[in-house]
Amino acid sequence: MTTTLTESRATSAPVTGATVQLSAVVKAFAGHTALNSIDLNVAPGELVALLGPSGCGKTTALRSISGLESIDSGRILIDGEDVADTPTNKRDIGMVFQAYSLFPHMTVLENVEFGLKMRKVAASRRRERALESLDMVGLTKHRDRFAHQLSGGQQQRVALARALVTRPRVLLLDEPLSALDAKVRVQLREEIRRIQTELGITTVFVTHDQEEALAVADRVAVMRDGRIEQIGTPEELYATPTNAFVADFVGLSNRMPANLIDGTVTLHGCNLNLLGDPMPDGPVIALVRPEDMVLAADGIAGTVIASSFLGSLRRTRVRLSDGTVVAIQHEVERHPLPGEPVSVRLKGAPVSALALKPKK
Amino acid sequence: MSANLVAPVHPVEPTSTRTKPANHAVRIGAEPSALGRRLILGIIGTIFLIPVIAMIEFTFRDGLAGSYTVVHWTGLFSEESARTYRGLYQAIENSLVLAAVTVGIVLVLLLPTMVLVHMQFPRLKRTLEFICIIPITVPAIVLVVGLAPVYSVIVQVLGGSTWTLAFAYGITVLPYAYRAIQSNLDAIPVKTLSEAASTLGAGWMTVLWHVLLPNLRRGVLAASFISIAVVLGEFTIASLLNRRNLQTALLQISQSDPWVAVIFALFALALAFVLLLIIGRLGSATPSRRKS
Amino acid sequence: MALAKPANRRRRLAYAGLTPFAAYVLIFLALPTILAVVTGFFSDDGTLTFDNVTGLFTPTILATFGSSFWLSGVTAVIGAVVGALICYAMLGTKVGGLLRTIIESAASVLAQFGGVMLAFAFIATIGVQGLVTAILRDTFGLDIFADGVWLYQVPGLILPYVYFQVPLMVITFLPALTALRPQWAEASATLGGTRFAYWRHIAAPVLAPAFLGSLLLLFANAFSSFATAAALISQGSQIVSLQIRSALVSETVLGRENMAGALALGMIVVMVVVMWAYSVLQSRTSRWQQ
Repeated sequence: MTTTLTESRATSAPVTGATVQLSAVVKAFAGHTALNSIDLNVAPGELVALLGPSGCGKTTALRSISGLESIDSGRILIDGEDVADTPTNKRDIGMVFQAYSLFPHMTVLENVEFGLKMRKVAASRRRERALESLDMVGLTKHRDRFAHQLSGGQQQRVALARALVTRPRVLLLDEPLSALDAKVRVQLREEIRRIQTELGITTVFVTHDQEEALAVADRVAVMRDGRIEQIGTPEELYATPTNAFVADFVGLSNRMPANLIDGTVTLHGCNLNLLGDPMPDGPVIALVRPEDMVLAADGIAGTVIASSFLGSLRRTRVRLSDGTVVAIQHEVERHPLPGEPVSVRLKGAPVSALALKPKK
Repeated sequence: MSANLVAPVHPVEPTSTRTKPANHAVRIGAEPSALGRRLILGIIGTIFLIPVIAMIEFTFRDGLAGSYTVVHWTGLFSEESARTYRGLYQAIENSLVLAAVTVGIVLVLLLPTMVLVHMQFPRLKRTLEFICIIPITVPAIVLVVGLAPVYSVIVQVLGGSTWTLAFAYGITVLPYAYRAIQSNLDAIPVKTLSEAASTLGAGWMTVLWHVLLPNLRRGVLAASFISIAVVLGEFTIASLLNRRNLQTALLQISQSDPWVAVIFALFALALAFVLLLIIGRLGSATPSRRKS
Repeated sequence: MALAKPANRRRRLAYAGLTPFAAYVLIFLALPTILAVVTGFFSDDGTLTFDNVTGLFTPTILATFGSSFWLSGVTAVIGAVVGALICYAMLGTKVGGLLRTIIESAASVLAQFGGVMLAFAFIATIGVQGLVTAILRDTFGLDIFADGVWLYQVPGLILPYVYFQVPLMVITFLPALTALRPQWAEASATLGGTRFAYWRHIAAPVLAPAFLGSLLLLFANAFSSFATAAALISQGSQIVSLQIRSALVSETVLGRENMAGALALGMIVVMVVVMWAYSVLQSRTSRWQQ
């Protein structure tokens, strides 16, 4: 595939996306290293989410793929070719920013047409394709409006249509939903996923919201301090985190003091397998998922602190006899009241563990 | 772990460190390159410095003799000069008094009115803004045509001294003072603060004095400094109403002793620059609103 | 309705609080403006007349207005272009940083640097004995006054006017330029736009209303300016503000004072039109700044 942007992309048939590869990419800003030798391979048509706390380098990685950030060393390959010397406007990518990226003086339609205009597509064909793209996001009837007349969710849909109209080989999304209301966020992420799958376009999606990443992605790369801690399917990350950071970051975890002997975590009399890399023996903090504990007839004694109703399930906070506070997820039919004495039992699922820092 | 690789992996070459390309904003055209910036600002800045340099050079000239001398500067401090320049010093004093009274008008008339409108009459805000913008549309040269009859009455009531010009000056500084104070008012949550204070038991006087005014210090200072700069530079009204202020005196004295005139012009310029530099720093020193 | 009374009384007291300012503005702004305009409709013996107003349309006065328009237009355009260039050069500098503070302060000062002091500066620079005049003559053999001394006529006002027009442009236009969102340039790049395409299709159209607005403001500023011209041109009435001066000051021609009123009316009409257009453009600009 060439890097020239030609009319051969004029069809609106699904395109098998390109591969994206980062090899040993390093990027440092004055003072701190944003990317500390990142390796990433994205398959054609795959949606990979880059997930992590702020400052972990996920946005830098995304912007490096787009060319808006240059890298210090390593290689970035799109469809097998090194794009280091290719400027952003020749990389044939589509990008959706967090906010404010629609051109304010152009109508929605003109915004969407812009990429085609840059590729010198004829006016009538341009309009046709832009309307198609707008239709894909369901905003055809807003085509003559301006950005400031649209809601946040609508603006992001236009931004998506605009990025996709040229059928780029890679789609990059930089926290596209972070500035939106919760309900809109859920709706829009499903729409993005649907469109992405339909078009078969390779996508990299940056977010700090782990629920979003798990819901939307084929694979998730959890990042911290410029490195990828773990990359895998959402199920893998949730069930078998390779270290405590991932276990803690993805999904909720209870922290419970325990003991590690020979690869087995001893917690309140239960022996649980250790997830992830081996650790030295000694006292640890075990990370137990709320759904891996139950309110039973017998078990560890505790007192209910509060119970939150979450629609399809309940989450109850219990102070155990040893003082630890844990959250337990259970069916809604059981409604514990504050102060009620309960018993908590572990289901026996494997756990991750954090080493206890030696007391100074 | 599932296979992370679906596409063929290219062998990793030894890490190539390339020369750092320009900052991305420059590459996409959002910013000028460092060279471009320096070139533009350097050339234009130098051109703008030329008249100031010429003024300074002028003050060292020895008449038409072609050589240089410091006599014009040292002459400022000599005995005879005190007599010759008495008129000029009087005019400077007049201008300083005018500046003080104008600032007084801004603080005593404009500021309380703006706070009052902001708190009690929000619907009058547009009107007040409009009034304070009018002096731009009705410039001094036009205003002075109508001020002459007004001042002939004032002279009868308050005498013919120069300080009464401050009433007119208060009008000419309205646009600048208004904008300085209003941007400060907009930046502080006046309504929330005064409501919080009143639920804690404060009366309106306490609210004004102890809650609002301390937060308006930046805007008030900026308004005052701008007013001083404008008053020191004002010529039109003073000249056409036949009063002596710094600028009219400078014009007059330039005919007999141009060097001293230029020296004082340089002083006035430097003073205004310092005042406005302070305002600029004041503006950036306040912490911006933190996101919650 | 015991509750209504204190509220009413407080309300009335609050209104009373507005009166000092209202009285001040009435006496020193409204009244002079009305007087300025109205005197144009009276002759010196107090009778109502349109002579002064029709006098505005005599060739001499029309030529004066023409000169004012020409001078204001030329200096506004030069000031706008140079000022915009400076603003462009400041893109990307840290807000509140040293470079910006110095330029902004310098711009505030120089925008006020009018009248007498500016006249001195330019006489010292390109006057007959000026520094630059001498350098041009001695080093380059160029005598800029070979065809006559133009500094003390209308063309001579251009350079001093530009000197305060450029800073005014920087002050008024910089906020618009810094309101350009970096996301727009980035989006343009990801969509395949070159730097030129970004400026042509996005930055320039977005900035156009602000640029034109500032241009109008510069025009208004030059048109209403008096002190610089008065200091450089001690006698004469080539532009409208100088014409007003001679109307006010002249002792020889009777009835000229009321001519000043007519001229003031003419000036206000021009200013109102220009400032109205400016406010229309301003509202356009703010609509896009979300």
